Amino acid sequence: MNKDVKVIRVKNLYKKFGDFTANDNLSFEVSKGEIFGFLGANGAGKTTAIKILCGLSYPSSGEISVAGFDVYKERELLKRNIGYMSQKFSLYEDLTVYENIRFYGGIYGMTKQEIDTKTNGLLDQLDLQHSRNKRISSLPLGWKQKLAFSVAIFHNPEIVFLDEPTGGVDPVTRRQFWDLIYEASRAGITIFVTTHYMDEAEYCDRVSIMVDGRVEALDTPTKLKEQFNALDMDQVFLSLARKAKNVE
Amino acid sequence: MNRFFGFLKKEFYHIFRDKRSMLILFGMPIVQIMLFGYVINTDLKDVKMAVLDHSKDEYTAEIINKITSSGYFQLTENLQHLDQADAVFRKGEVKLILVFEPDFGKNLIKNSNGNVQILTDASDPNTANLEVNYLQGILQNYNVEINEGRPVPSSVQVKSRMYFNSNLESVFMFIPGIMATILMLVSAMMTSISIAREKELGTMEILLVSPLNPLQIILGKVTPYLALSFINALVIIGMGYFVFGVPILGSFVLLMAESILFIFLALSIGIFISTVAKSQQVAMMLSMFVLMLPTIILSGFIFPIRNMPVPLQVISHIIPPKYFIIILKNIMLKGVGFEYVWKETLVLFGMTIGFIVLSLKKFKVRLQ
Repeated sequence: MNKDVKVIRVKNLYKKFGDFTANDNLSFEVSKGEIFGFLGANGAGKTTAIKILCGLSYPSSGEISVAGFDVYKERELLKRNIGYMSQKFSLYEDLTVYENIRFYGGIYGMTKQEIDTKTNGLLDQLDLQHSRNKRISSLPLGWKQKLAFSVAIFHNPEIVFLDEPTGGVDPVTRRQFWDLIYEASRAGITIFVTTHYMDEAEYCDRVSIMVDGRVEALDTPTKLKEQFNALDMDQVFLSLARKAKNVE
Repeated sequence: MNRFFGFLKKEFYHIFRDKRSMLILFGMPIVQIMLFGYVINTDLKDVKMAVLDHSKDEYTAEIINKITSSGYFQLTENLQHLDQADAVFRKGEVKLILVFEPDFGKNLIKNSNGNVQILTDASDPNTANLEVNYLQGILQNYNVEINEGRPVPSSVQVKSRMYFNSNLESVFMFIPGIMATILMLVSAMMTSISIAREKELGTMEILLVSPLNPLQIILGKVTPYLALSFINALVIIGMGYFVFGVPILGSFVLLMAESILFIFLALSIGIFISTVAKSQQVAMMLSMFVLMLPTIILSGFIFPIRNMPVPLQVISHIIPPKYFIIILKNIMLKGVGFEYVWKETLVLFGMTIGFIVLSLKKFKVRLQ
């Protein structure tokens, strides 16, 4: 992690839908290579904030830059420099492993040579060389997930947004998945991750917890536990979430 | 541009690897044409008939000969008595009985008045009506023939000619209808389903987060279906022309241009449906009920619009295929040029713009 370089800067972010304030004065910064946990109950405003950071929707007001690009004016450049993976698997089941990689590399403007070279390295690293021409539908869930993550960072983004990436997966596979996350972080990619699993929150460098559209807590897991006098992140989360009004 | 081709390639993989899509794309048109062309045939051919001839003279023999050689009717039984009629109809094979009165020939020559009776099985009323009309036509011709050279005391001679479809081939009517149905199905339904699938699987999010802009995504989804629909249009017209002899009297280029316009309209409807539908199922149901049924029932494809109750006639005005079918019939069967179809073309064009604007609005609302 490089604390001098900030890849996400959010200052006074507001997002309103009519009378409802989904994001209420958010301000935070994320450093290069940091693993940033973005927590909150359903309806707390996480998804709204992620959409804004990914350039999918405009904030009502606030100064926000992602990977050095302004979310109002430089969306195209912003999108080129981020990766995204959601809870639903984002690979095409009826395409082969190679075709999926080729497609995603292609839409990020990579050339065929770049893609082919990188694909070989990636498949060696994941030990998936033998499945290169197999359809995604024939792979086990854990492999699909690792591959989906690798595809999300295939174009070397500054930041990768992971929206509940480990939903519905067994603990062993989750652990392996986090190994990939650490590796990406060491390679200088910033990880912005939302999760429902509090044990995963412990793996993050810093954690922010949203309640009713506001960031109620933001610090390292250790400090948060001290602050709330809690044994684990679960207790921290619960003591904050109890205050929530907007619960789905 | 490279990105766009990558996208197209992916779309074609989806289509060619999905058996269901392939079946709808290439099986449907051929099956439909075969069905409508051969099975659902409203023309008469070899209707089985019986004769009860109380007279048995040269005139009745000549009339029977004329009827059986027309190709419409086939003589299967000679009855001896009228009481047999009921039993014959009950068996179901024979649909029509022709009864000659005793001394038919004599009456015809001496009194200029020979009587025949036609009995039909009207459990299928439309066909029964049709059979009676055909038979009367043949008898009418015979009348004219035997009176040749003789002064006939003032009678109206009707000579009809069927314009634009002189043999009354029903396949002439079906080809334009099938074309409208298939293009609607392929373009609108398949597009909406394929966009809904990306939403359902979560890949749409990834595409939206990627540097591809929404317009590129939509174009990428739509282009393969534009190409495939166009191929389908060619196949349908080709089969109509070569297999069933449906003529193309007007300009082929105009015909194709109008088809492309209709495909664009169907695609924009498909996109609109996909902005409303969140899942493939919903997209399919919407396409089925909002597009397919009206296309088949209210467009004038099978049922004439002017025979419908007024409220349905009003609804038929907003059914896009109605205009396309009018255009197709005009160009193919009447051989007219653009000056006769510009109104319908304008309606289709307007509808296309309308659906694109609606979809864009919906899309913007979602992005806000």
